[in-house]
Amino acid sequence: MTLNLMALKLAWQQLLAHFKAGELQVLLFALVLAVASTVAVSIFTQRVALHLNTQGGLLLGGDMVVMSDKPIADSYAQTAQDLGLQTTQTLEFPSMIVQGELNQLAEIKALGLGFPLRGDFSVRTQSGLQTITITPKMGEVWAEPRLMTLLDLKLGDVIDVGEAQFKITAVLEREPSRGGDMFSFAPRLMMNADDVAKTKLIQFGSRVKYQLLAAGDAAKVTAFNQILTPQLKRGERLQDVKTARPEIKSALDKAETFLGLSSMVSVTLAVIAMLLASTPFLAMQLDTFAMLRCFGASEKKLQQILLTQIGLLALIGGALGAALGYALQFGLAHLAGKLFVESLPQASFSTVGLGFLVSFIVLFAICWPQWWSVKRMPAIRMLQRDTAPNLTVLKWQFLPIIVVMVVLACWQAKTLKLGLSFSLGLLVLCGLIAACAWGLVKLISVIKQSFNLNGALAIGLGNVAQHLKLSLTQMVTFGVGGMALLLLALVQADLLNTWQKSLPANAPNRFVINIQPDQVESMSKLLQQQNQQQQAQFFPMVRGRLVAINQKTVNPDAFEDERAQRLAAREFNLSMAAYMQSDNKLLQGRWWGADDAGKPYVSLEVDIAKALNVQLNDVLTYDIAGEKIALTVTSIRKVEWDSMRANFFAVTPPKVLDKFSKSYMTAFYLSQRDSNKINGLIKTHPNLTVIDVAAIMSQVRLMMHKMGLAVGYVFLLSVLAGLAVLYAALVATRESRIRETTLMRVMGASRAQVRTSILVEFTCIGAVAVLVAMLIANSLAFSLSRYFLDIQYQPNIAINLYALAAGLLLIPAAAWLATRGLLNTPPKQILNSI
Amino acid sequence: MFPNTNNTNSLTQTPVLSATNLGKNVGLQQLEILANLNLNIFTAQTVAIVGTSGAGKSTLLGLLAGLDTPTTGEVLLNNQPFSHLDEDARAAARGANMGFVFQSFQLIPTMTALQNVMLPLQIANRDDAEILAKDALSSVGLAARITHYPKQLSGGEQQRVAIARAFATNPKILFADEPTGNLDAATAVQIMDLIFDLNALQHTTLVLVTHDMALAKRCQRTLLLNGGQLHDA
Repeated sequence: MTLNLMALKLAWQQLLAHFKAGELQVLLFALVLAVASTVAVSIFTQRVALHLNTQGGLLLGGDMVVMSDKPIADSYAQTAQDLGLQTTQTLEFPSMIVQGELNQLAEIKALGLGFPLRGDFSVRTQSGLQTITITPKMGEVWAEPRLMTLLDLKLGDVIDVGEAQFKITAVLEREPSRGGDMFSFAPRLMMNADDVAKTKLIQFGSRVKYQLLAAGDAAKVTAFNQILTPQLKRGERLQDVKTARPEIKSALDKAETFLGLSSMVSVTLAVIAMLLASTPFLAMQLDTFAMLRCFGASEKKLQQILLTQIGLLALIGGALGAALGYALQFGLAHLAGKLFVESLPQASFSTVGLGFLVSFIVLFAICWPQWWSVKRMPAIRMLQRDTAPNLTVLKWQFLPIIVVMVVLACWQAKTLKLGLSFSLGLLVLCGLIAACAWGLVKLISVIKQSFNLNGALAIGLGNVAQHLKLSLTQMVTFGVGGMALLLLALVQADLLNTWQKSLPANAPNRFVINIQPDQVESMSKLLQQQNQQQQAQFFPMVRGRLVAINQKTVNPDAFEDERAQRLAAREFNLSMAAYMQSDNKLLQGRWWGADDAGKPYVSLEVDIAKALNVQLNDVLTYDIAGEKIALTVTSIRKVEWDSMRANFFAVTPPKVLDKFSKSYMTAFYLSQRDSNKINGLIKTHPNLTVIDVAAIMSQVRLMMHKMGLAVGYVFLLSVLAGLAVLYAALVATRESRIRETTLMRVMGASRAQVRTSILVEFTCIGAVAVLVAMLIANSLAFSLSRYFLDIQYQPNIAINLYALAAGLLLIPAAAWLATRGLLNTPPKQILNSI
Repeated sequence: MFPNTNNTNSLTQTPVLSATNLGKNVGLQQLEILANLNLNIFTAQTVAIVGTSGAGKSTLLGLLAGLDTPTTGEVLLNNQPFSHLDEDARAAARGANMGFVFQSFQLIPTMTALQNVMLPLQIANRDDAEILAKDALSSVGLAARITHYPKQLSGGEQQRVAIARAFATNPKILFADEPTGNLDAATAVQIMDLIFDLNALQHTTLVLVTHDMALAKRCQRTLLLNGGQLHDA
């Protein structure tokens, strides 16, 4: 269809005229808000995710790591460099460190030039504690405090590593690469990669872990991942922050889900505001089109005009919304940036295109059904307005926008299940409100008859019943708006509370492993004395290798999943427990009772069960120090890794592993001030390995704090959209309200009577809307918390009460404010203008 | 009965608008509004259609102007089939031949007087739409109010804008549906004077629907619509 210039001119002229008249302003405002909300949240989420990945990268020393038990092919590094990524290599191997008479096994890490690509080292040198990003010079090494204690070392001492000697020039307080398997390392010794050869420690058959680290632009890292994955050989694997640190992945996933939900709510609210605002605009448009038809405009021309109008409006709304969204997220990032350690990475402009897309789709879905009204509309409407069929309402008029809203909800929520649940909640809400409205009408008629009501109160109550359709529209609108905001408020409060609770300030930040059974008692006493803490919990640990599933020998190569290959190929820790840990959630099966002690059962963590393709009631055979034990899977658990507590992939009932040799692990809190106390512990118990997770915990805690802020900012956007709905609902019904109040005043009603009737009517509307909204929002918050965010749901009475108060006060107050001006104008003046 | 049979023009001219056996039923009950109605209207004639409220005057006007389609019979425009054309063809014929003045003015409230008058000219793709619209507004005495919105104009002024809009395209036929129904007596007289003056000036055929017999008498012919049939009054 070629666009007629006259159609374009007419469309623009009318659009401008409608804007000046005020009908378009609310629609445009709501459109801008919908687009801005989508764009702001998308960009902000994208930037925060990028930032968090980078933060996570600090724990790896790079954005991505290729790990191998053989030297890594140069072609990998070349590929990364060709993509524009920075690279460096490291290698890790265990070796005895000798200092005079003393010796100690250490995990040596040899660093290539440029390490670390992300993060920094914290080292203590002769000149004090400092943060650096360089590697040790040749001939120099850095040792962990634990190694210094065990070998009685001080700065400047010389140690033997293999056939070479090295001078200790720094104590390594923190390194950026303590990701991965936190339970596998002995004390760390850092050296320059160029020194490795002279130690002569790397021989054929040596256990060496080679790492190629890459860092750079997120898209390039993803591209590198995609190119490399199919090329990986046996023994090689890729690791990024999500695979390396389950606790960060867990927190990140929750934050993404919540931000998606916030955006979904904002968009839903804005679309509802648009729907409301479009009603008077489209009604006016229909009259104009009837007129144009009367003057000889063809169907094609009308179609051109309508299409052009929608297109122009979408373009303007899209541009303004995208600009506002971009500015808004920029503002958010700026505000958040002050609290973030470093500023957020730049957002990509591609998300702005998304704003235009949303603008066009939403506007077309709302306005296009009108085209069928226009097509069916006889021009006689101009002559016989009252007798012409009411074409503004088509049965399926709302179908396109409902479909668009559901698709948008699913897309924003990132999961189909969450999006559909939200949409279903909206549908149930509409049904319930309709039922309540019907009940209210019946109740009003009973009240009016029983109490023989008169005056403004009777008029107000009567209005609800008489304009049932209008009242219903308002109840649904306020109900949906209230429900969405309340849901968000409830989940936000839940999420933040749970996060704060999951990592209290005194959460254990040191793990001690390798505790021998005869050391448990003395360790327990020592910890109590040193920390004045309650009885520490000791978890038994038995190393075992999975050798068969349902009597079928496990062949690591048979697994497609690379993680499953690793799990099947090496030993991992089994533990025993009578009770399930509080941060675990039973997904399938049942937890054992006291009677089950000693029975060959095992409870598996869900991700490992999935990776190994193990189902409930499968029999797993473990090889523990040459002896086999068959355990039946009686339950599958989900573990909240972001709680940073000691957790195990496989747990058996008590007594099951008693006959095997085992060690214990415990966790305790050590303040920064007392961190030296650990040295005494290591001296008296040299076999122990103490793992400091304080750095990782503060990383997770900081991330949760930042996400809490982000969530709060995004919530504000939703509140803005909610206010737009309230405003649009009042504007959309303003015309009919003006007519009614004017007639009441013509017939002698005082301003006080009119005001009371409005307040009574809107209090009823607000009460139904907010009560149903509370019911649905609480139900949805419960299922969201439980099934999507994995957080404990606690009914929040305070928020519900605030919502109730807001509904009962804000809605009538807003309605009164919207009509207040009319009450002070003489009725004749209003009659002339309508 | 053929109301045109008494008219002398009928022998020498082809009617600009004619209706044959026209009938219209409306609603679910198929209520018969017009039945078997015949009418010929000739160029430059002024014809008034009168009748009581609900007699079907506006329905007849709608059918003659192609705004609605008849249940039975047909309407010819310039001796060519008109009522049986599709919606777009009828719209095009309206654009080329007809102008309208309605009882409730039917100005678009979001547009200025000038924009309202320009509308039919723009639909006809006239490049000189603005000049013609300004001329038309001048001819109804509203040159000074072209930027005003309908809300800012009195009833009489709004109807003048509507008249300017109707005559701006220089139509062959002007349909006026109770053009003074919403106006006071004095203004009504002024408005009708204006319509008749412009009609005479442009040699337009006028089809006027009214219930005001005094007004109807100003037309050359007065037809009474009663029981779905037309009679010479």
